[in-house]
Parts: sequence; C-alpha cells; structure tokens
Amino acid sequence: MRRFAIAAGVVAGLWIVNGLLTGTLISGVSISPYFVQVLCLAGINIILAVSLNLINGFTGQFSIGHAGFMAIGAYTSAYITLTFGDRIRGALTFLPETGRASVLLLIGLAVGALLAACAGFLVGVPSLRLRGDYLAIVTLGFGEIIRVFILNIDAVGGARGLSGIPKLANFFWIYLFAAITILVVSRLVRSSFGRTLIAIREDEIAAEAMGVDTTKSKVISFVVSSALAGVAGGLFAHYLMYIHTNSFTFLKSIEIIIMIVIGGLGSITGSVLGAVLYIGLTEGLREFAQYRMVLFSFLLVVLMIVRPQGLLGHREFLQFLPRRWRLGADAPTGGG
Amino acid sequence: MSLLSLSNVTMRFGGLIAVNDLTLKVEPGQLYGLIGPNGAGKTTVFNVITGVYKPTGGQISLDGESLGGKRTGRITRHGVARTFQNIRLFADMTVVENVQVAFHCRQAAHVGAAVFRTKTHKNEEARVDRESRELLKIFHLDHLAGDKARNLPYGSQRRLEIARAMATSPRLLLLDEPAAGMNPQEANELMDLIRWIRDKFGMAVLLVEHNMKVVMGICETVHVLDYGSTIAIGPPADIQRNPKVIEAYLGGA
Repeated sequence: MRRFAIAAGVVAGLWIVNGLLTGTLISGVSISPYFVQVLCLAGINIILAVSLNLINGFTGQFSIGHAGFMAIGAYTSAYITLTFGDRIRGALTFLPETGRASVLLLIGLAVGALLAACAGFLVGVPSLRLRGDYLAIVTLGFGEIIRVFILNIDAVGGARGLSGIPKLANFFWIYLFAAITILVVSRLVRSSFGRTLIAIREDEIAAEAMGVDTTKSKVISFVVSSALAGVAGGLFAHYLMYIHTNSFTFLKSIEIIIMIVIGGLGSITGSVLGAVLYIGLTEGLREFAQYRMVLFSFLLVVLMIVRPQGLLGHREFLQFLPRRWRLGADAPTGGG
Repeated sequence: MSLLSLSNVTMRFGGLIAVNDLTLKVEPGQLYGLIGPNGAGKTTVFNVITGVYKPTGGQISLDGESLGGKRTGRITRHGVARTFQNIRLFADMTVVENVQVAFHCRQAAHVGAAVFRTKTHKNEEARVDRESRELLKIFHLDHLAGDKARNLPYGSQRRLEIARAMATSPRLLLLDEPAAGMNPQEANELMDLIRWIRDKFGMAVLLVEHNMKVVMGICETVHVLDYGSTIAIGPPADIQRNPKVIEAYLGGA
C-alpha cells in the first residue's frame, strides 16, 4: 500500500506544480513561459541522460547513437497522434478532453517506445559483440542512418519536418516519465541483473567466466535504454509540436554524453544533475551572446581537469550525505 | 566415467603448437595438478577448457557432455569455474557484490521482476545476499564484505577469486596459480583451504601452480607438460623422481 501512496503522492505533486506553472491552478500567478519551456526540456534531457547512462555508465559500452532512438520515438508517436488521433479520440467520447488527450499521448509514446526498442534490439544484437571504439562507430553510424532514413520519408514531412503535432505533453507528463525512468533504471542496476551489467563494465572476460550471458545482458540494457529514449523523443515531439531531423543529429547524442560525463558515469543522480546543469549553463550563458559556447566549452574543460570522474563520480547523491541523514537509503548501488 | 576428459586436444596459434595432442582425465572429487616450465601451455589448457579458445583438434567433455564450441558463459553454467593467473576481480564492486555476480547464473532472475520489485525478486535477492555472505565467511572475507575489491590486500584478492568461482557451484574448479605472490604461511593456509572446500563441496580441482610445495602437498595426480606435450603423469612422489621431469625443469646433463 505504501508504494501506491508514494506513487499517488508523486502524481498529485506533479499535477499541482503543473497547474502552478501553467497558471491554471491559481489565476494571477504567472511564470514566464520561457522558464517553463527550459524546465520541460530539462526533464526530457533527464530521461535521455539517465537512459543512456544505463549503457554508457553502468554497462560500460560506449554508445553515441542515442539521438537516433529518440528520433524513432519522436516520429513514430507524432505520426500515430497525427494519423490516428481523430479516430482514437472518437472512440473515447465517454472521457473528458483531458482523458482523451492523455490516452492518445500514452498510445503514441507506447508505440514510439516499442519501435525504438526494436531498433535497439536490431542494432544491439550484431554490434554488442564489438567493444570500445568499434561499438562507438557502429552506434554513431546507426544513429545517422536512422536520421537520413527519416529525412527521406515523405509521409513524416521529409526535409520539411513534421508540423502540426498536437500539444499533448506538458510539465506533468515529462516529469512523470522522468520519474519512471529514474525508478526503472535505478531498480534495474540494483538488481541481480544490474550487477551483471556492472560486472561487464569492470571486466567482461571475468563476467563471462562467472557464467554471465554477456551478450544477453548487454542487449537487454540496450533495448531498455532505447525504449526510454523513444519515450523522451515522443514527449519532445508533443511538447514542441514540430520536429525536424536536424534535432536528432549526432550532436544531440554528444550532448547527452556530455550530460552524463558532467554528472558522473554510473551515477543516476549524477545524470539528473548533469542534464539540469547542461540546460542551465547553456541557457544561463545566453547573455554572453557569441561567447556562449566558448565559455561553456571552457567550463567543461575546467570540470574535466578538476573532476575527471564527473561531479558525482560513480556514487549517488545520497552517498555524499552523512549516514544518519540517509533515511531508509539503500545500500551503496552497484559500482557504488 | 571421468568428470573432465580431454582427448587428443591440440591448440595451434599459426605455426606455434601451444598444446599438442593432450589427453587428460579428471575424476570427480580429484585434486589434479598441472605443472610445467614457463610457456609449457598450462594456461592455454585452461582457456581451451573454458571456451576462451576453440581447440584446433580433439574433444573436450564434462561428465560425458561435449563442451566443444560452447561459449565461456555456458561452460560455466555447465559446472566449470575458474580463477585467473592475473587477478580479474570486478575492481570497483564491493567484495560481496563480486560473489553475488557469480550467483546470477544459478538464479531465475527476470528483468521485469527487478523493475516491479516483486516478492519473489525480493526473496531471491535476500537469499543470494545471505548465501554470498556465508561463502565469504568460509573464505575469511566476511569482515571485508563492504570494501571495494580493489582495496583488498593481494592474498585476500586471490581468496576472493576462489570464493567468486565457488559461487557458481562448479563441479570442476580450475585454479590458475592460486599461490602466486603468497608468502609461505599464506600458501599453507591456501593448501588447507583447497583441501577443505574439496572435501566439503566435493568438486574436482584442476590446479596450475609453480609453487611445488603446494602442488606436491595437495595433488593426488600430477600432470607435467613441456612445450605443449605431456611428459609425465603420476602421483607426486613418482613425478619428483622422474628423470624427464627433472630434465625439463633443470635442463639436460
């Protein structure tokens, strides 16, 4: 019962904050739409960073094709809501408008996640036998293939991009899925299965010799991670209402990698921190206009010199607190 | 029937014959020593048995079932566990987690159960944790359970490697130079430990070792390799007197 109480609490909390942000809960309280948008994009980045960390941080496989899976989720879910939106809404006339929009969004996200997971499986099975640099190149190539492939499908707008996507995602949905992502990934890495992932990162030969089916573990982590990236893509599409393949170039993949490196590979709270900091810094440095990216890159260089393991390293935020503050905190996570 | 049987196994790397026509039988519960000068092919034999290398010729079977062409992980799940000459622990994981990883292959663990934290999953995790700690106690590592494996002293790392291999519940344990770098007292303790786990768990042990005191002290049969070929098999006392063995180690007169 406690679980449901917590879940209900989180949903209610998000709903209230969402109401406050959009000004529907208390009229007269206005929060700048710019701030709300930055907050929402940060939430999407949290999903991307935490999911990529499952592969790069915990399993130790260097993947740089995360934007490709995000693109699949974005385009698939947008295509679903655009093409079948009216029919699905029509079948749900008994629900209020919010309910219909929610169901539509969830269907879109589910299909997007499923397709992204399939793509993750397809790229995972042959390429996860590769290691290090080779895997990085294959994932980079695969990400670009997805992008160019979508660019040439006229049904989803091709080079014009896909516009007119209904605005179904908002702060509530984005942070709900961010919370689900964090929950799923943290439970996975703290399980028996998660220990096999960390063992693969530490020493793949020894892991195999201890009876771990390394290929299976790696493929599962790749599939889960891709599915979550697909969800992030779907939310992105339904929040900005317009998508173009230019948003999913390998630079986007690099951005996500920067987030998890800033925060610390192998730390979930680190990924969250990295995602928020990345957005915070790139937005916060806007006043420096053309020097923005110079300053940002400079900060990255300084950070990597001062703290090469990332802000949190392999540890979780809770592990930095004095022991007596850690109410019911789990034992150190794998890789801890 | 023998537990492990290698018949006419050959391993060639290009022009080099690392293992030449090796026939070897290990009976259940036997302590079997494999020795030979440096470069004799002992570790290659381990790598061939565990599927790291695919032998160029010959058959390998465990309890009558062929291991040929199987991947390392499957061979381990079949009941062959090993340690490494150059220690290969999961350095950044804790001591107890190292052992828990090895338990995974005997667990019915579903990814979905882990995400939803089902009751079975919780019980299973609790069981593995309990058994891992019991195993650590046997190896006198229980007080270090929460430490990172990389921070352990050398002798403890060697023992942890054996503990980890034991967690896969093997029928055959391959130990690659377990006494390397140990002082005489640690080596003595190791001998007692190997004998004790053999008696308690009843598995066979195939031991590669340079420390002759350890080999002659615990092995029932000693197998001597030189340049990949067998030059002698027999009880330790015979091996120590065998002129071919003495020649291989000390050079001909």
